Amino acid sequence: MNEQTLIGLVIAIIEFGTLLYLAALGELIAEKAGVLNLGVEGMMAFGGMAAFWAGVETGNPWIALVVAAIAGTALAAVHAVISVVLGADQVVSGLALTILGLAMAAFLGKDLVSKPVGTQFRELDLGPLSDIPWIGETLFSMSALSWLALALGVATWFVFTRTSTGLALRAVGESAATADAAGLPVVRTRVIAVMIGGALAGMSGAYLTLLLAPGWSEGTTAGRGWIAVALVIFGAWRPGRVLIGALLFGGLIALEPRLQTFGVEISPILLSMLPYLLTIGVLILLSIRSRNRPSAAPAAIGQTWRREER
Amino acid sequence: MSRAFKLALASLVALALFATGCGGDDGDDTKAAFVMVAPIGDAGWNFMHNQGRLGAQEETGVETAFVESIPEGGAEFDNAVQQFIDDGYNVIITTSFGYMDATEQFANDNPDVIFEHVSGFKMNDTNFGNTFGRMYQPRYIAGMAAGAATESDRIGYVAAFPIPEVIRGINAFALGVARTNPDAVVEVAWTSTWFDPGVEGNTAQALIDAGADVLTMHQDSTATGQAITDAGGTFIGYHSDMSEQVDGYLTAPVWDWTPRYSQIIEDAKNGTYTPEAWWGGMADGVVDIDIPDSSPVAGEMKEVKQQILDGEFDVFDQGSVVAQDGTVIFQDGVIVNGFPNAFAPDVMVGEPGAAIDDFILLDMNFFVENVEGSLG
Repeated sequence: MNEQTLIGLVIAIIEFGTLLYLAALGELIAEKAGVLNLGVEGMMAFGGMAAFWAGVETGNPWIALVVAAIAGTALAAVHAVISVVLGADQVVSGLALTILGLAMAAFLGKDLVSKPVGTQFRELDLGPLSDIPWIGETLFSMSALSWLALALGVATWFVFTRTSTGLALRAVGESAATADAAGLPVVRTRVIAVMIGGALAGMSGAYLTLLLAPGWSEGTTAGRGWIAVALVIFGAWRPGRVLIGALLFGGLIALEPRLQTFGVEISPILLSMLPYLLTIGVLILLSIRSRNRPSAAPAAIGQTWRREER
Repeated sequence: MSRAFKLALASLVALALFATGCGGDDGDDTKAAFVMVAPIGDAGWNFMHNQGRLGAQEETGVETAFVESIPEGGAEFDNAVQQFIDDGYNVIITTSFGYMDATEQFANDNPDVIFEHVSGFKMNDTNFGNTFGRMYQPRYIAGMAAGAATESDRIGYVAAFPIPEVIRGINAFALGVARTNPDAVVEVAWTSTWFDPGVEGNTAQALIDAGADVLTMHQDSTATGQAITDAGGTFIGYHSDMSEQVDGYLTAPVWDWTPRYSQIIEDAKNGTYTPEAWWGGMADGVVDIDIPDSSPVAGEMKEVKQQILDGEFDVFDQGSVVAQDGTVIFQDGVIVNGFPNAFAPDVMVGEPGAAIDDFILLDMNFFVENVEGSLG
């Protein structure tokens, strides 16, 4: 273990943290409005495929990012229509969305497999700031997308806690009937929240195929969308705590090969189980803690709302 | 029923009978079908099997078909194989380790169909054999190139799982490294996955951070190559020529299934197929390596390649092969000390004093001395 390996570890934590945070933040916004979307994995794959395609076609990472966001939004709209507008079960619709997204990404991306990358997001050079030892090589060298993820996190926190829009969104997620009685547009708010969530999941996919593992192939997302869903619970539906969770989970992924190069004798198979063990552990902890007080979850999450059925 | 309708119905029936007659199988046609575990589009394992299928189709003129993305140990596999049998395919080649038991079952239930399973060890006496390649031969030559290419004397190896097939490849590679660069070490990091570009790239980066300037891998994606290219180092691939995807590509030990598949199909056609445990090497054409002229040891690599082709060189028969803890395992082709079995650590593999045979190689479960890393 030396300076270079430690800096490399921090960079990898930021990279996997960004990937997870983008997707988890999107899920958080949808869930705050009362809609559980288990389609994150599918939206991430679909967005990642779309981003890679756009990168090959245009050579511009920002266009690719926008295309990924649109792809994620489009897929999320399917979930919004089925579960919010038509009132189908959110769990079933979300699971279907994962299967649909993975399959569509595999199908439409068939000709992209093994293609050389058209464009990539790179580390950002902030001039003198990037020359500072340690912080410069890690924090001030991270890609623009990591900064964007951070900014989106702060914006989400601000909107939720400081604006009437955020209050309205949370109200819809806590009790749709009450929000409706107060004159808030429940369906529209939920649909928009789900679609924003889809855009962020798509961007997370773009981060995967244009930076973290440049390239496209079926199975590239490898279950990370599910970790993002778990992260929202882990972070108690708060953007700040979810960020800490994303860095922690990202850290575990980053640590897996590095513990081996540091010469730590732990089975790598055990290491790859850690994020999932941690999720289970936190779920148990949260349920014990929340016994005597209200749960942090939005009260109306998972509940279909139709005005006629009040 | 109107007259016109009756006429139409009668002509339909006639047409159907005629069509059946045309499509009727006379029983002598050989048709070969392939079952693959993942999409054939990746530059890896499945891609090369499909290349072999296309090559054999061209060489033998026999019609072939394939299905991809068929999970191991599931109903999809049974469905796909049964469909092929029903459609008259009489040579069925299954190309993933986990298909082994199901393939054996099908072979026993369908004695008229020839089954060949790739990368396993089961067979029967009549219609079920297995095929694999001595990838360790080109791995050794790739190691020679890596040893000559490294400036930091540290070569990284991104590896999937600590099973004998992977360990054997690492050892052969490391022996090749030792030949051209006795000071270099090969550092191994396990990913616990065959295919996950995120984890593969992350593992590659960890090895780069630890000082490696040359990387190779036993995985199914090109993520390792991307990582080392970004770091300005050299990549030695696996499976196929990855020069199109990876700028830092130097060379790769590759598969070529065409000759073996052609042979199986020809034998089936001529009725001369006999099941065997076929483990082909470079001389059989199933594995190969391109020698990069840019390598300073290209001449020596070509020599070794020729010796292997002529049957004069065995990777593990050269001088002493010493394990990480200093134990001499092989000496000039003879077993000096055994090693624990990978799946039953109490059982020792290898009779001291006996010659190295294929069973020893197939059970290989130790690292040679210039490898850094644990067996997991």
